[in-house]
Amino acid sequence: MTTLSDLAQPRQDYSYGFMDAYAKRELRRRILKAIAIPGYQVPYASRELPIARGWGTGGLQVTLSLVGPESVVKVIDQGADDSVNAANLRRFITRMSGAETTTDTLKATILQSRHRIPEEVMQEGQALVLQVPDPEPLRGVTADMSKAHQLHADSDYGQMWLLLYEQLVRYRQYIQGASYPSLVNGLYIISPSPIPRWDTPKLHQAAHLTLLSAGREKRLYAVPPYTDVYPLEFSDVPFQVEDQQGWVCKTTGVQNKFMNELPQEDGTSQYELSDSGYAEKLVKNEAVGATYYDDQGDFYYDGYLKPPVQPSL
Amino acid sequence: MPLLQVESLTKRFYIDHLQREIDVFADLTFTLEAGQFMLIGGANGVGKSSLLRCLFRTYIPTSGTALFAARQGNIDLAHAADVDIALLRREELGFVTQFLRPRPRVSALELVAEPLVDGGMAWEEAIEQARETLDSFGLKQPLWSAYPTTFSGGEQQKVNLARALIAPRRLLLLDEPTASLDSATRQSLQARLAELKAQGVAMIGVFHHPEDILHLVDSEIRLTTTSEVIEHVVD
Amino acid sequence: MMAISNHQSNHRFDAPRLVNASPLVQAVGLSKRYGAIEAVTGVNVEAYPGEVLGIVGESGSGKSTVLRLLNLEEMPDSGTYTLDIPSVLGEDLYQLDRFARREVQILNIGVVYQNPHLGLRMRFTSSGNVAERLLITGERTFATLRQAARDSLAISEFPLNRMDDPPRVLSGGMQQRVQLAKALALKPALLLLDEPTTGLDVSVQALVLDTLKRLQRERRMTIILVSHDLGVIRTLADRVMVMRHGRVVEQGLTDQILEDPQDAYTQQLVHAKL
Repeated sequence: MTTLSDLAQPRQDYSYGFMDAYAKRELRRRILKAIAIPGYQVPYASRELPIARGWGTGGLQVTLSLVGPESVVKVIDQGADDSVNAANLRRFITRMSGAETTTDTLKATILQSRHRIPEEVMQEGQALVLQVPDPEPLRGVTADMSKAHQLHADSDYGQMWLLLYEQLVRYRQYIQGASYPSLVNGLYIISPSPIPRWDTPKLHQAAHLTLLSAGREKRLYAVPPYTDVYPLEFSDVPFQVEDQQGWVCKTTGVQNKFMNELPQEDGTSQYELSDSGYAEKLVKNEAVGATYYDDQGDFYYDGYLKPPVQPSL
Repeated sequence: MPLLQVESLTKRFYIDHLQREIDVFADLTFTLEAGQFMLIGGANGVGKSSLLRCLFRTYIPTSGTALFAARQGNIDLAHAADVDIALLRREELGFVTQFLRPRPRVSALELVAEPLVDGGMAWEEAIEQARETLDSFGLKQPLWSAYPTTFSGGEQQKVNLARALIAPRRLLLLDEPTASLDSATRQSLQARLAELKAQGVAMIGVFHHPEDILHLVDSEIRLTTTSEVIEHVVD
Repeated sequence: MMAISNHQSNHRFDAPRLVNASPLVQAVGLSKRYGAIEAVTGVNVEAYPGEVLGIVGESGSGKSTVLRLLNLEEMPDSGTYTLDIPSVLGEDLYQLDRFARREVQILNIGVVYQNPHLGLRMRFTSSGNVAERLLITGERTFATLRQAARDSLAISEFPLNRMDDPPRVLSGGMQQRVQLAKALALKPALLLLDEPTTGLDVSVQALVLDTLKRLQRERRMTIILVSHDLGVIRTLADRVMVMRHGRVVEQGLTDQILEDPQDAYTQQLVHAKL
């Protein structure tokens, strides 16, 4: 005799990928819209997750709606695979999806990151998911979000340029360190999340897809593959990445990659590669992929970065 | 047509809070040709200055017409649009009083050059002419670049006359410009007026001491009491 | 003595005949309500190229509302507004879409407010406040922005050694000069001044007025000036409109309005001030 319990599905604690099917479907639709309108901030219904808002919930929801059993996931926090936050997110994603994990940039199909883009050039078919604390590049010039919305709609970005003007007048250089405002596909200005200036050029004409998602602010946006991304710069004062000339990694001996500075007790500093996955391969003498910046510090996209100019006032 | 043809010109003030009208002059009729000098005579308070002001449109005439042969065509000063009057003031009509309205930080030269600049002349050229004009009125050269706000009364008057008479005008309205001038300045003024008259500038003037300019006068209207006008031609 | 009522309407003026140019500003039948309050009713504004038109009236007379309508900051309930500018010739600016209207405003109209907080970013540099106007139009060369800011501040007679000080540390007179420089940065055809010297010391006020006068003379700009101060109006304006309760009660040449006012209210206003 058939009982009711025979007919019912076996009990599951969670849906596949933690979020229910409707939530994932909504996220996927928002992602498609974001890809269709590069740089445009698409609102979405940010779900409750077992981690607190502000700890990567935006990135996590995108990852969970994309991940499948065949995926290979890498999670980094400020370049490191082994930070507590990255490790927890990685464990949660695999537990909920059965996906494989890796620390190798080139092997990952989905790469969720906080505040860095890896050193090795990402490839077609890869998705980079950036966690975004504040998606609104105009927040510095207007506190009124509905006004900011209209400014985006009108491409009325004069005030953003005014911020740069003020920096040049006061400091004779652009001093915005991270989240450097950038124009996507010639239309919308985005905050590329708090990646260092060093990483911003990597978004330009990239082979991979970049998805940027803010869980607390409930908005996501995208830089599709092979899309123009230009940091804001005056025509006579080019944008510059961080000057780390002469900084050598204490573990691997490489330079001209983005470094963490380790202050020493004697007042000097030592440096180590910020990208731990890349460092790991170097230490193990494994083959590494092409990097965005070569050993001389030249960017792989010719002519994109220009020599520094100090403006006269 | 004469340069100016005034017909039945009347001015009455109406003071609302007193609910009454004040008659100034009525039914004035006269004509003036280019190069003619007309003196307005009469006792104090008979509306001599008011007539000048009506022609300059500082006052709105109550009735009558004042047809002026402007370069671009005849126009009734009593009814012309404000912007037309403003244009005539920049180019054809001048008003000369004894009072200067100096402004802080504006030098005597600039103040005198301004009417030329308003008429379309470049600053450098206007300043050059202003030098000559100030010189002809006897203002001492060290004062040219100084600010007339600090000048004595006599010096201000020289600047005032230079400013009022520098730009070419076709009709000059003179409201007691010689009152309280020193004799040297008075002579410069006479010379300047004679020169302008020779150039064909028509003038209507109220003078405290008409003997100064009697040799220039072609005609005189004498305002007595309201509505009573005597006109006669001086030989 | 005869009984007289409504004196003003007796005198009829001709249409302009000598002035060839068409008016730069032509606004017809402007009306604007805020709820139950009729701020402006059936106001016509006409200003010719190079002319300074004053609008006087006490607070609440609707004069500032007229200025906001002319600055395209607000839309009227009814009325039309044209500017004699090639790009929008004959077009009612109130019928343009938001983008086109904004472009007309940025490129052709400059404004100086009584309150510098309305017109300036107090914490940004003064030069940046001016440069912003060029940034909005797409200028992206730093050296050009600096030069334009310098030029514009210089013609506003702002001391250039302070060009990078923020307005919040400047005196009231200096703040108005920054506003003026900002308003002039794109060489607008029309300059709107809303009580530009109110609240300044008398001596500072005279200096700012002098700058305005000088600029007007040299650039032949069309200026519409709102003020309750007849001294300011006398110094700057060629013609004056007198407003009361949202309507124009009288208009005329400035000296005529001040010395031979026709309307009962204007007579009161003039006598109260002189």
